[in-house]
Amino acid sequence: MIGDNLPALLVILPLLAAPICLLLRRGTPSWVLATLTAWTALAISWTLLGEVQANGPIEYQMGGFDPPWGISYNIDVVNAYVMLIVTAVASAVFPFARESVEDEIPASKHHLFYAALLLCFTGLLGMLITGDAFNVFVFLEIASLSTYSLVSMGRSKRALTSAYQYLMMGATGGTFYLIGVGLLYSLTGSLNIADLADKLGDMETNRTMIAAFCFLATGIGLKLAVFPLHSWLPNAYTFAPSVVTAFIAATFTKVSFYLLARLTFTLMGPDLSFEHFYLDKILLPLAIAGIFVGSLVAIFQTNLKRMLAFSSVAQIGYMVLGLSLLNVTGLTGGLVHLFNHALMKGGLFMVMACVMLRLGSVHIDAFKGLGRRMPITMAAFVVGGLSLIGVPLTVGFVSKWYLVLGAIEAGLWPVAVAALLSSLLAVVYIWRVIEVAYFEEAPEDAEPVDEAPWSMLIPTWLMIGATVYFGIFTDTTAGIAAEAAKALMGGGA
Amino acid sequence: MIPGLFNYWMVVFLMMAGLYVVIVRGNLIKKIVGLNIFQVSVFMLYITMGKVTGGTAPIATGVEDTVYSNPLTSVLILTAIVVGVATTAVGLSLTVRIHEAYGTLEEDEIREADEIREAEENA
Repeated sequence: MIGDNLPALLVILPLLAAPICLLLRRGTPSWVLATLTAWTALAISWTLLGEVQANGPIEYQMGGFDPPWGISYNIDVVNAYVMLIVTAVASAVFPFARESVEDEIPASKHHLFYAALLLCFTGLLGMLITGDAFNVFVFLEIASLSTYSLVSMGRSKRALTSAYQYLMMGATGGTFYLIGVGLLYSLTGSLNIADLADKLGDMETNRTMIAAFCFLATGIGLKLAVFPLHSWLPNAYTFAPSVVTAFIAATFTKVSFYLLARLTFTLMGPDLSFEHFYLDKILLPLAIAGIFVGSLVAIFQTNLKRMLAFSSVAQIGYMVLGLSLLNVTGLTGGLVHLFNHALMKGGLFMVMACVMLRLGSVHIDAFKGLGRRMPITMAAFVVGGLSLIGVPLTVGFVSKWYLVLGAIEAGLWPVAVAALLSSLLAVVYIWRVIEVAYFEEAPEDAEPVDEAPWSMLIPTWLMIGATVYFGIFTDTTAGIAAEAAKALMGGGA
Repeated sequence: MIPGLFNYWMVVFLMMAGLYVVIVRGNLIKKIVGLNIFQVSVFMLYITMGKVTGGTAPIATGVEDTVYSNPLTSVLILTAIVVGVATTAVGLSLTVRIHEAYGTLEEDEIREADEIREAEENA
């Protein structure tokens, strides 16, 4: 009985936990509840992934109504894989949150914070699991609205303006998506993604279809922060509370990337997306530009959260690059980078949260001599940073390997060279921090600092350790990503 | 009667007007107004789509050959309206707090205040 309803439970559990947090009215019980919910969700998505790998895609009908009239939850390897990423990140970040939240957010708002965090989690999982295009919009807005309020809880007053800017761009993106879905509905009379794909496949390309595609791609692009639609991202990541940054940096863009992949491969089909709409020809230059601009700007940042945010713009470029290469190897690279980037960026932003807790600043000057003052935390930064560069034996290397192979397979030598050159830029911005932390002395008058508490170090090192583990034992992640890439390229849902 | 595509032209006009206000205006409240106009135009798009000429509300009357309008688009828009209201509420509450923190609602004045503060911090 419960086993059959796992897909629904995955979304309903966090959705129910959020209002319970409001009733609890206290920080600590809400935190325990959020953590337990995340762990349960991780167990559920792990089970679902296993089931999908063994028995093929699952279709779950909400309330027992047949699609395309009822809403169905469709799970295949692709979204089971991304769900595992999201729940795994949540399972590490939620237990980590407590000390950092107590430090950065007034006690009266703790339960509200966890409620919003759980709602955001619900929205992300809903977007992944649902097989209904309009349902995606609803979950997208649930996730976005809670993210705006989470961002606005940052300590600096600039958190408010960043949240406002994010809201304006996010709401515009959401509405663009809504217009696209509306146009598709007017063409086909259906909202179910699989059904839409069938009906659109039988149709001649027409102007409504092109308009719908443009609106959908732009709307999702805004949420994904594809260069040049990324302007909300650096501020939102910089001024949000540290825990929120770690969570949304590791999950939200990944889910948006999943939506983009679903749109291009399942909904429209590779033929339409690439033969008629030339999506690859648009995305490829944007991806390369995003990689270089993001990395270059990152080099000149003095606030390290901001530096990592710009590095995220570049990393999103790598994922989009994988999608626009149009072969299984490239797409595998893009998908494996979803997982890898979630691990390393989540881990690095968690390091930032640890530093923020102890020093109250993530300005580069605060890092002077930190290699000796907070050795365990800084070691995590070094390993995460190496992974961001793409050094062998870390996950970053695995993604770049597939991306470069994919580029060569597509006959795009300059792209392969560009992907490698851009790693050098990552060396520059990561090295800058390492140099300050290990080769400069702390100022004489610096107050002694403790190492971050264990409740934060353990989750951080779990994430960072995973970047090394999956960098050495690549079969699991790359295997699932390759399977997912094949499922997408095959056109089947 | 309204000639053929009148509604759609109005949708396009409102959509562009709303988006223009969101992009160009510097006042935070006016931006939210623009966003609302933009969203309302999409509501109109959906509802116009579902309207069948001569169709009545979709309530089973028992009379044969009754033409009904498509109820689904209206139902979808009910959800979208809720989302729009929620977005506006979050946006306005952020605006209130921005006004408390900065004492102004003009984007360029806020940016100036931030720049001055940043320069002071770095000095």
